[in-house]
Amino acid sequence: MSEEADTPWFSTEINNENRDEDDLFASAVQEVSLDPEINGTQEKAIIGDAPPSITTTLSSPVMEEIATERANNIIVTVTEPQKIGEGMSSYVAYRVLTKTNMPIFSKHEFAVLRRFSDFLGLHEKLNEKYLRSGRIIPPAPEKSIVGTTKLKMTSTPSTESANGSSSNVQSQFVERRRAALERFLNRVAQHPVLCIDPDFREFLESDTELPKATSTSALSGAGVLRLFNKVGETVNKITYRMEESDPWFEERSTRVDELETCLRRLAGACEALAHERRELSARAHDTARACAALSGADPHAPLSRALSHAADLHEKVEQLRMEQADTDYFVLTEHIKDYLGLIGAIKEVFHERVKVFQHWQHSQMQLTKRRENKAKAELANRPEKVEQASNEIIEWQAKVERGQQEFDSISRVIKKEVERWEEVRLAEMRATVLRYLEEHAKHQAQSIRYWDAFLPEARAIK
Amino acid sequence: MMDCVEETNQDPLSVPATIAPASIETKVEKKKPNENVSLADNSLMVDISDALSEKEKVKFTVHTKTTLPEFQKSEFVVVRQHEEFVWLHDRYEENEEYAGYIIPPAPPRPDFDASREKLQRLGEGEGALTREEFLKMKEELEDEYLATFKKTVAMHEVFLQRLAAHPVFRNDSHLRVFLEYEQDLCAKPRGKMDLIGGLMRSMTTTTDELYLGATVRDVNDFFEQETSFLQEYYSHLKDAVAKVDRMTSKHKEVADAHIKLSSCITQLATREQPPTERFLTKAAETFDKCRKIEGRMASDQDLKLADTLRYYMRDAHAAKAVLVRRLRCLVAYEAANRNLEKARAKNKDVHAAEQQQADACARFEQLSARAREELLDFRTRRVAAFKKSLIDLAELEIKHARAQQEQFRKSLQLLRECA
Repeated sequence: MSEEADTPWFSTEINNENRDEDDLFASAVQEVSLDPEINGTQEKAIIGDAPPSITTTLSSPVMEEIATERANNIIVTVTEPQKIGEGMSSYVAYRVLTKTNMPIFSKHEFAVLRRFSDFLGLHEKLNEKYLRSGRIIPPAPEKSIVGTTKLKMTSTPSTESANGSSSNVQSQFVERRRAALERFLNRVAQHPVLCIDPDFREFLESDTELPKATSTSALSGAGVLRLFNKVGETVNKITYRMEESDPWFEERSTRVDELETCLRRLAGACEALAHERRELSARAHDTARACAALSGADPHAPLSRALSHAADLHEKVEQLRMEQADTDYFVLTEHIKDYLGLIGAIKEVFHERVKVFQHWQHSQMQLTKRRENKAKAELANRPEKVEQASNEIIEWQAKVERGQQEFDSISRVIKKEVERWEEVRLAEMRATVLRYLEEHAKHQAQSIRYWDAFLPEARAIK
Repeated sequence: MMDCVEETNQDPLSVPATIAPASIETKVEKKKPNENVSLADNSLMVDISDALSEKEKVKFTVHTKTTLPEFQKSEFVVVRQHEEFVWLHDRYEENEEYAGYIIPPAPPRPDFDASREKLQRLGEGEGALTREEFLKMKEELEDEYLATFKKTVAMHEVFLQRLAAHPVFRNDSHLRVFLEYEQDLCAKPRGKMDLIGGLMRSMTTTTDELYLGATVRDVNDFFEQETSFLQEYYSHLKDAVAKVDRMTSKHKEVADAHIKLSSCITQLATREQPPTERFLTKAAETFDKCRKIEGRMASDQDLKLADTLRYYMRDAHAAKAVLVRRLRCLVAYEAANRNLEKARAKNKDVHAAEQQQADACARFEQLSARAREELLDFRTRRVAAFKKSLIDLAELEIKHARAQQEQFRKSLQLLRECA
């Protein structure tokens, strides 16, 4: 998949998205001023009745106009992966080019060099900061030890191109990762809150090298620690079941699960198709070779010529099948896998809400206990204990209130986030399917051209 | 000797073989050899009107219409099995009179193993598929089976038609028996002994080919060239057939992969809101149509490219057999020469030896002349058939690609509208 093919589509898609994006952004700005959650009461007072009004205004054309007028957009392109250094300590750096009209950036266009771990570091930071408040953090591409090690082992990019098929696999790996990184950054950039995050800005803008994000390395101590945390979380996810009071969440969470199963199957089917198509390409190659051999053995000159054209044709067909397989893979499969990643992020957020709920319930329990203590103390007529218990009650009451606020706030944010995601998702899915069909229509046109060119050769046999 | 003369008289050598194909092109879809059916008052028309698959066997209903006086009736029907076709072919191959002719290759054994195996795999994997997917796979498989069946019937039909249209072969008594005799012919389904016999026969042919090729010095450049050409050509054809077969079968699998894709999208659609559901359902339909066209592409490749190559591979084999028979004849001729020399030296039985030598010489000369005609004819026949197949293939590929493109275009339009 060449880059020219990628970029124009991406920008158009972003433009489409920007429309809904900006609406959301308009609504998000006021919200941002109220974030973080510390001044929750105030926020609650405003937003408590705000959501219905926001949803209505979103669809109103007036709001949309206003939104497009102040179009804030960032378009990030990731290009030119280049290998820096040698051996196991080498790494691939990507050029991150940003174009924006947002005033918070000092320039309209700027570029930086970033390595893969920087992306992961950014993801980590965003996760730390926003997951707790219910934001869906776009997933970063997975770290692949096998892929990176292979890449590190090949000496230089120049020799890479010389050793045929393995370099092909590698350039595919780099290209896939590049596309994934670009998607990640653009998703962040499209997000009304995440896009103005200082760390994100630093990532895009800062000329200096970012401090190495040690915790992202798969084999570091922090990595192990993270693994432990993850295990703990998973156990918690399995063991703790929250009684869902909100039907919206109940419905969404089953829907997300169903969606995940469906998409997983779909991804499998797509991958299978791409795989079959790739094999077909290899077999077209064999056929081309056989045709060429046959052409060589044929004493009848015109027929021999036609057969040699048939061999050329099949070589082109081989190429075409490969392109078709790439379309199957890069356009469809990759995007579906991408959604699976996003679904993972949504589940994360849902789980975060459960954790907040757990916390709140815990406070509630403590409060009840303190109240009981106070009652007991009153019965026993021990004023100093009553006094202490009263203080504790006040303390826990505040905690319960905060917990509730936090829970309400995260629930609200999640709702909005998921709604926003749904919109983006559907738009992207549409665009993906359309693009897939367009590409395949182009492949067929190519096929027609090839066979059309061949037809006179076949007719010319005398 | 007498036979030979008769044969030459009857055989209109002057009939250019290349005109023939055009005359019956419409009847048989493909691969027509030098048939000459157009003689209305003296014609023999054979077709397979029906075929029935019973367990392992396929029974072909052979229908004949003729004005030839040798036949008792002008129209009759017999039921024949594949083995009887092979028997008929072997009778031709055995007959020395036909040594100089390229005997039309016997039709390949009906082979549904591939379909059966697939069906079995489908049955095993039933649990992993949704009902819809299973039905589609089954449908696809039935189509494939039907296509194989039709192809088998067509191959058997072509074999008979080529014989019936041949100016010499059509008068063969075995063919008459085959067409007319209402009982089973003595050709038992191939037992083990027969298989070994067949193997032995083909082995002697191959060893003869190698041995004679190495020992007998051919004086004729034409045949020497022909031999090396056919040997090389045959191996390349064989390779090409295998490669094209692999390609088409993979293409079928590509088509089949769309089934899963389409059903997954349909499933996804049921989980979505109505507008998206409509969108996805349409997308799923697109993939389903896409599968059908891909499938057709695959089967047309099979029909036009693989089958033509296959047929000419077998024809080239038959042509090689002619060359082997000629070499054998040459050996006999040389032996007769030596006998004559010996007889002359001893001055004994000179006359008989002379006669024998003259016979052998005449036989060899005649065979060579005939073989030369036949091989030249093979070349033109082959070129014509390849031309036709390649043109057909290109046209069909274009047709399918257009259909596919149009299909994508329509879907895109539909999908863009359904927002």
